[in-house]
Amino acid sequence: MIYFDNSATTKPYKEVLDSFMTVSSEYFGNPSSLHGLGGQAEKLLSQAREQVAKLLEVKPSEIYFTSGGTEGNNLAIKGAASVNRNRGRHLITSSVEHPSVRAAMEQLEQEGFEITYLPVDKTGRISAADVEKAIRKETILISIMQVNNEVGTVQPIEEVGNILKEYPAILFHVDAIQGIGKVPLSLTENRVDFCSISGHKFHGLKGTGALFIREGARLAPLFSGGSQERKMRSGTENVAGAVALAKALRITMSKSNSGTAKMMKIQSMLRTGLNGIEGIKINTPIENAAPHILNFSLKGMKSEVFIHALEQREIFVSTTSACSSKKKTPSKTLLEMGVPESSAESAVRISLSFDNTEAEAGTVIEAIEKTVNQLRKVMN
Amino acid sequence: MNYDRILIRYGEISTKGRNRNKFVEKLRKSVKIALAPFPKIKVEASRDRMYVLLNGENGIEIIEKLQTIFGIQSFSPAIKVARDVESLKQAALQLIQNLYKEGQTFKVTTKRSDKTYELDTDGVNQTIGAHLLKNVSGIKVDVKNPNINLRVEIRKEAIYLSCETIQGAGGLPIGSSGKAMLMLSGGIDSPVAGYMAMKRGVEIEAVHFFSPPFTSERSKEKVIDLTKKLAEIYGSITLHIVPFTAIQQAIREQIPENYSMTTTRRMMLRITDEIRKNREGLAIITGESLGQVASQTIESMYAINEVTNTPVLRPLITMDKTDIIKVAQDIDTLEISNRPFEDCCTIFVPASPKTKPKREKVNHYESFFDFEPMIQEAVQEIETLVIKPDIEKQSEFNALF
Repeated sequence: MIYFDNSATTKPYKEVLDSFMTVSSEYFGNPSSLHGLGGQAEKLLSQAREQVAKLLEVKPSEIYFTSGGTEGNNLAIKGAASVNRNRGRHLITSSVEHPSVRAAMEQLEQEGFEITYLPVDKTGRISAADVEKAIRKETILISIMQVNNEVGTVQPIEEVGNILKEYPAILFHVDAIQGIGKVPLSLTENRVDFCSISGHKFHGLKGTGALFIREGARLAPLFSGGSQERKMRSGTENVAGAVALAKALRITMSKSNSGTAKMMKIQSMLRTGLNGIEGIKINTPIENAAPHILNFSLKGMKSEVFIHALEQREIFVSTTSACSSKKKTPSKTLLEMGVPESSAESAVRISLSFDNTEAEAGTVIEAIEKTVNQLRKVMN
Repeated sequence: MNYDRILIRYGEISTKGRNRNKFVEKLRKSVKIALAPFPKIKVEASRDRMYVLLNGENGIEIIEKLQTIFGIQSFSPAIKVARDVESLKQAALQLIQNLYKEGQTFKVTTKRSDKTYELDTDGVNQTIGAHLLKNVSGIKVDVKNPNINLRVEIRKEAIYLSCETIQGAGGLPIGSSGKAMLMLSGGIDSPVAGYMAMKRGVEIEAVHFFSPPFTSERSKEKVIDLTKKLAEIYGSITLHIVPFTAIQQAIREQIPENYSMTTTRRMMLRITDEIRKNREGLAIITGESLGQVASQTIESMYAINEVTNTPVLRPLITMDKTDIIKVAQDIDTLEISNRPFEDCCTIFVPASPKTKPKREKVNHYESFFDFEPMIQEAVQEIETLVIKPDIEKQSEFNALF
């Protein structure tokens, strides 16, 4: 089996699962309980928080555990909008965000907020100049993804952060769910106020995530309840999940340098290989692209058919993002990039992890070539 | 041109006459402890300056650490230059070219501790100033409010150039003012008191009263965590955990309720004083703030303090609670102190403690029972821990992470 769908989700590391099992079975106390079992659980939770903070180079008190990326994005965007609604009702985001940002923004739009959706160029990138142009007196939040989940374009977070240094009142949210561990990001230097990450995208578990909230930046919580996570996220803490996330992040960060270099090599191998196949057009840009995503379109072929055909060869890839692939709509990101609708409908996304190999890439290129030729015969 | 060293100016210690070497040595020790994570640096100390040679280590992180060390008045990232005028001019130009942004102004401030140098102060100012004006287009002189203040220190061994002066934490190097025992409860005040005493050079050992099962393991952990925070300043702190349950029960049985708090504090002070004797300390530090609670009225202090003539230092005595909280926030202890566990001061709180206890009365009540053997026993049973800061977290759970 070759798993090339790591932007959808990753396989949890064995060590991560082991920790999850141990914590779940032996330290199952509720961190809020006063007795010793509760104390152990609380200790584990705070150690997890400290580890995540250290890895992200921020303070432990700035890390809040969530149930994943969608929750982090919703909490940051709706929470910031709610707290600041009397100061202004304008938010800025890009037109290629993940649905958990896009839909949160659309909901705010219904509630009377105004949203600017920044256009992207043909590589899928927003321009920092557009950000500055879009800023108004009433702007309260800017939310930009670090790495696009469909094509892998890296957004100019640093430039936006630099612009925002001149606008201290505007909050800056970065969705780093696809980029964490694969594309460097300094939360402090880029003046980021909120940043969401999701455990299962880096070999942690589903249902785990973290939101960085800069000290002093305020959010209204989404949930009412027992005031866990310093009132930011009520609900009994997922201690085992938090420990698992901390461990997965540590392993990921420690592999980051060599792993990223390896993925770049595989990515360029795939790019060259696929470029040589007739009817394939690569959508992922060469510059400002994350090392793990390669998106391409198949001329005259439905991507769904192609995916199933590859599956028969035990190769797993995606039609664009996993979240929208069931809706069978053409990729929003590709349409925004100006890719014609027919190409956007036939898009396929390969996404790598540190554990993929060049040998696998070779097999996949060969398999894709065979599959394309096969399908072409059938479809013509 | 990158800075290769940080020049450290001493605070009040430079006024301390013959004891200076001792002070400098203490400061050097503090600096070495704080910069332990940077193995390549070298610390050079002389009578009136200290230099941290970076040797390629991360200057920004080192600057952050230096800002927390007591005994440093200010410091400047600097470069060392040979003593000939040409090298000086060239280095100054490179430094300014690195920093200069369109439209900025500058001035040159020369300090010439080596009076034998070929140019005098004005001569250096003029030579460098002219060289910069000639070679950096657009730069202007402003002696009152310059954007860049180029400091030139001419010393026997070399010349040092720096453009930035960063304020240090002030105070005196730790250990330069002797040792004292800090009564550490787990509340907000006592860690702040400890911090402020450390700022004045006091080396502290912490004393905590532990009353299981009335106080839980978690309240003990809280105190250990607070000690860890304070230990960040000096590498390690000794923590004495005193078993206090038996004494508290005896007080409850022997002393009228409204005086029990007064006697409790007197017993704590007696025990702390015993520990101080054993550890060769010279004072006791508490987090008391005048009038904050019943035991901290001036009458209470008068009644409690009777048990010892060891100096009891109360760094927070005139501070308001809000100001104390601010410091606790700055030194990162507030969040730990706010954890909701009972400590020895919050259990057995009488419904209406005396705010104006009398010495005669408390002595009378205590006269019916001999606390001394219990005090000796408590001192015997003390658990002494050496607490180190959490650089690499020592935890039973490490394998899970």
